[in-house]
Amino acid sequence: MIKKLLSALFLFAAIAAAQPEPTAVAIRNAKIVTVSGPVIANGTVVLRDGLIESVGENVSPPADAMVIDGEGLTVYPGLIDALSTWGIPAAPPAGRGGTAAPPEPHSWGPEDRPATTSWIKAADLIQPNDRRFESAREAGFTTAAVFPTRGIFGGQGSLIDLGGPKIADMVVVPSLGQYIAMHTMPPGAGFPVALMGVIAYVRQIYLDADYYTMLKAAYDRDPRGMKRPEYDRALEGVLESKRILLPANRWVEVERMVRFGAELKQPTILYGMREGFDARSVDHLKGKNTPVLVSLKWPEPPRDADPDDVDTLQVLEDRAKAPTAPAVLQQAGIPFAFYSDGIDQTRDLDRAVKKAIDNGLSRDAAVRALTLSAAEIYGVADRLGSIEKGKIANLVVTRGEIFDDRTKVEMVFIDGIKHTPAPPAAGRGRVATENRK
Amino acid sequence: MRTRLLLGILAVAALHAQVTVIKNATIMTEGAKGTMKGSILVRDGKIAEIGDVMVPEGATVIDANGQWVIPGIIDCHTHIAVDGNMNESSVSVSSMVNVKDVINPEDISIYRALAGGVTVGNVLHGSANSIGGQTVVIKMRWGQDADGLIFQGAKPGLKFALGENPKRSGNPQPGSNGPLRYPATRMGVEDTIREALNQAVAYKAEWDKYDAAVQAGQHPLPPRKDLKLEALKEVLEGKRYVHAHCYRADEILMLLRIADDYHFKIRTLQHVMEGYKVAKEIVASGAGASTFSDWFGYKMEVFDAIPYNAAIMHDKGVLVSLNSDSENGELMGRLNTEAAKAIKYGGLSREDALAMVTINPAKQLGVDDRVGSIEVGKDADIVIYDKDPLSEFAKVQKVLIDGHKYFDRDQDISGRKAMEAEKEKLLEMEKQDQPPARRGGAQ
Repeated sequence: MIKKLLSALFLFAAIAAAQPEPTAVAIRNAKIVTVSGPVIANGTVVLRDGLIESVGENVSPPADAMVIDGEGLTVYPGLIDALSTWGIPAAPPAGRGGTAAPPEPHSWGPEDRPATTSWIKAADLIQPNDRRFESAREAGFTTAAVFPTRGIFGGQGSLIDLGGPKIADMVVVPSLGQYIAMHTMPPGAGFPVALMGVIAYVRQIYLDADYYTMLKAAYDRDPRGMKRPEYDRALEGVLESKRILLPANRWVEVERMVRFGAELKQPTILYGMREGFDARSVDHLKGKNTPVLVSLKWPEPPRDADPDDVDTLQVLEDRAKAPTAPAVLQQAGIPFAFYSDGIDQTRDLDRAVKKAIDNGLSRDAAVRALTLSAAEIYGVADRLGSIEKGKIANLVVTRGEIFDDRTKVEMVFIDGIKHTPAPPAAGRGRVATENRK
Repeated sequence: MRTRLLLGILAVAALHAQVTVIKNATIMTEGAKGTMKGSILVRDGKIAEIGDVMVPEGATVIDANGQWVIPGIIDCHTHIAVDGNMNESSVSVSSMVNVKDVINPEDISIYRALAGGVTVGNVLHGSANSIGGQTVVIKMRWGQDADGLIFQGAKPGLKFALGENPKRSGNPQPGSNGPLRYPATRMGVEDTIREALNQAVAYKAEWDKYDAAVQAGQHPLPPRKDLKLEALKEVLEGKRYVHAHCYRADEILMLLRIADDYHFKIRTLQHVMEGYKVAKEIVASGAGASTFSDWFGYKMEVFDAIPYNAAIMHDKGVLVSLNSDSENGELMGRLNTEAAKAIKYGGLSREDALAMVTINPAKQLGVDDRVGSIEVGKDADIVIYDKDPLSEFAKVQKVLIDGHKYFDRDQDISGRKAMEAEKEKLLEMEKQDQPPARRGGAQ
């Protein structure tokens, strides 16, 4: 018993520490799904110094490489969570505990910059030892676009590799863009309390940002005789962001936010897309150059609902059809990627992707949405998203086809470092139990 | 070639589809022709002919023999189709917010209103603030997207509010924990409006100075654009209507004095329950009045409301409309009988009564060149009733907007079964998707 316990613990430690590997790794005899090119039925991929050194049918492993026999294995690019909160510490619980953040000052209008932290970057918040990284890796995720999501202007997202151990090793792109939510202030906290107030506030911020830019430029040209522009961190943060993320679940919101993004003259990504299946969503997205992020948290009937409460036809339809959105978007040629939306358990992530496949999305399209499409949406397809020479060595290696019930993730490589999933959850549970005894 | 032929056929078909004739109805035109028997020819969304009409080949014919036709009903004060809170109640001056940004084309209230013969609505911000939000006029084009609902060309508005509602947030309320908002009195409401207008005057002066300098070929730095003051600047420039919620005679006069002082017009006084006391002054100001038929006593400032208000103001020469103030489309769907009450209370003619929900609100919204009556050249916004529309037994049969049929009672009734079946199907599917109930207890 003790031996079993020890070996389990050792395995744990091995994963947590991800001990140094030889600088070169070669996986040979494997099926390689490059995503950017044709599938290689039997080939080799070589990783060195965190990058993909070579990939192909006729590549032979270098002499100094640690060689992995890929017989029966399939290699995919590492999966990307296109809008994540993994790594960001949960907000301290509100209430009497005394640890809650102090309440925000009362806001009397846009000039008080309510619910705005546009200047913060996810990379500066992330805790590299977050446990969610481990379960994400087990599901094949190697990369996440992590965003601070509190308030209206949540802050700037960072693209991170889920390896670690230090944040410095993880950050791929420190600033991806600004996360915006249609968040109203709690009662008594001031402006804005209405959706139209939030929209007016966001509109005013972008007007102010333009004005700020102009004033600063004028001051830089000739400061003499001119009052210096007042420093505004909210505007600095907005101006640092090269794109914005706007929420849109209903087709009505798709229409509204596509128009709003164009009005703000910002490259826009929509997130949510519960009604992405609706032809009207597609109509408003077509030809607009607005990619979308589809939440993997499919709508479900409320638990413990009053059996006498029957949902409206629209709610029922949304629940039934939401998982078909990816297939519909794929058909319509709308660029899309997936995001975890709070899901952080390995099995739940697997199941959620599987549900889109069960609802008409091809496996290839699902893989692409989780890899190259996500990279393209964030403008990082030159370094991530496919198995190509020179790209970052992020891979997921499975036995069987990915997103299949019987498939197991054998290992993932993040920046060329191998991470091996822990044994099945049941085993871990037993260890934990025995530990307590 | 084949494609072109096909396109040709389609084009012809489309052309024919755009002609509709409503035959042999009793028409309350609310225009110069009064009430008459006859037919209406609709072409390309406009009313083309009224009277004895030749039916062109391929036209869609609606036989309205024994039925009644009126212009689409216009509600000068509604809160339907708004996503989220209709009040940005955190501040006393919220002119930066715009109802147009949050129009929800899926709100079932639109369909309810439509089924009650309403084709146009003035969607207003709520009355929590001395100066509320920007407003928008929509057509009830049920099924279209938000952009498709907007009544293009109708002038936008701004909501003002006087009296109990805007001062309430200045007084302690049970359950609210934030700091109190100024104002807490009617005097404070006046001060709040004047202060905002003072700011707008200064803002406008800044921009006028800038525009003049640019005109003169100079390159000054522009002033900062402020959305709150921008809307008020438009009011001062006459580019935006003011729709002012008010009840008492004293505060009505107060607002008219403010408008005088700042050289703009109040477009409509909304609710205006004591309007009958100051009708002469309202006429002199040029403001319209949009009131309720027979509401009274639902709060302190409504105790002097009388059901004769609309008729008295009308007789004194005020342009009067009756509105629903509806959030859910319920009363909005019965504005025809609200109009009929003006016959009971005040003895208005049938036409004058119906005008209070058709041509009068059209004038108040500045869209009477487009809608509000059945006259040649106007938008084909038409309601067909089975009976006299001023009777509470009348039911709307069909509603046309821009010549397109947006409501059909028969289709609605026959379609209900299919919707029920669809719902049943989805519920059944969901039941089967549920994992089997968890086994309880030890195994």
